[in-house]
Amino acid sequence: MKPDELFEARRRSRNTALGLVLGGLAVLFFAITITKLAMA
Amino acid sequence: MQASDTIFAATAAADWRDYVALLKPRVVSLVVFTGACGMFAAPVAIHPVIALTAIICIAVGAGAAGALNMWYEADIDGLMKRTQDRPIPAGRIDGASALAFGVTLSLFSVFVMGVGVNWLAASLLLASILFYVVIYTVWLKRRTPQNIVIGGAAGAFPPMIGWAAATGDVTLLPVLLFAIIFLWTPPHFWALALFMKSDYAAAGVPMLPVTAGRRETRRQVLIYSVPLVAVTLLPGLLGLTGLVFGCAAVLLGTVFLWLAVKVARNHATDPSGMQPEKRLFTYSIFYLFALFAVLVVDRSMT
Repeated sequence: MKPDELFEARRRSRNTALGLVLGGLAVLFFAITITKLAMA
Repeated sequence: MQASDTIFAATAAADWRDYVALLKPRVVSLVVFTGACGMFAAPVAIHPVIALTAIICIAVGAGAAGALNMWYEADIDGLMKRTQDRPIPAGRIDGASALAFGVTLSLFSVFVMGVGVNWLAASLLLASILFYVVIYTVWLKRRTPQNIVIGGAAGAFPPMIGWAAATGDVTLLPVLLFAIIFLWTPPHFWALALFMKSDYAAAGVPMLPVTAGRRETRRQVLIYSVPLVAVTLLPGLLGLTGLVFGCAAVLLGTVFLWLAVKVARNHATDPSGMQPEKRLFTYSIFYLFALFAVLVVDRSMT
């Protein structure tokens, strides 16, 4: 793999991982909100 | 080539796994486990979503502290065989990115813990991060052979954090759990330092085997093992736990002391002759896992 392609591949994998983390956080925050409202 | 080009090159070369490596996942797993045990040993049932939030925040906070530790110690990490392949000394991540990563995750974990769980747990989490980064990493580690004795308190916070997450307060039992990990840390790390002495010496870190010699360190390993085992007996004696934990503390503690005695009696100067030290180090990890697992089982029965 050429260096540019390697950099691109790694940047893509970093962005994918970040996207998954952010998506998971969105789900977590939603769940916390629902839970806190139910507990109130 | 300008500095910005170098930073870009380093950042571009980093894989997401390198950022995960910054978090010291093996340390985080032990921290998460003891934190979860503290939570489930508490006498209050915690909602699963809140429990999951607390565990994630403990994991992220501990990982953030690890990342900040790696940022600060990149210079000495490059001098030790055990650590020279870490992301920063190996050039895969630059220091500025690691610092930003660690600070962001620290603030994020504390904030989410506060908003999602409670502010006492968030305060304890913040205290543990600051203790590890400021007091242990920046202040003590390069200055005194007692670095691991005092700095080990950082790793002792998680069971208190877990308990506080569940109950909103801290009572005697979580303080005793704190004390157990606090007293466990020196023999655990000094056993490691005994067979990694040359690595620490190369980096100029004043670990006890480097400053006081192997014989004194082996003596201290045994000395610290005694109050450790004694403290593990206190919850049972004070009626805070039942017979299951009491028996486990006696059995596990007896083996710990037996291995510590073998370390104290060892005179090997080469790591190849340090089987007692390696055995104690390995057992100490199992010891902590087993003790806390039995605690949860015991508390669920009482």
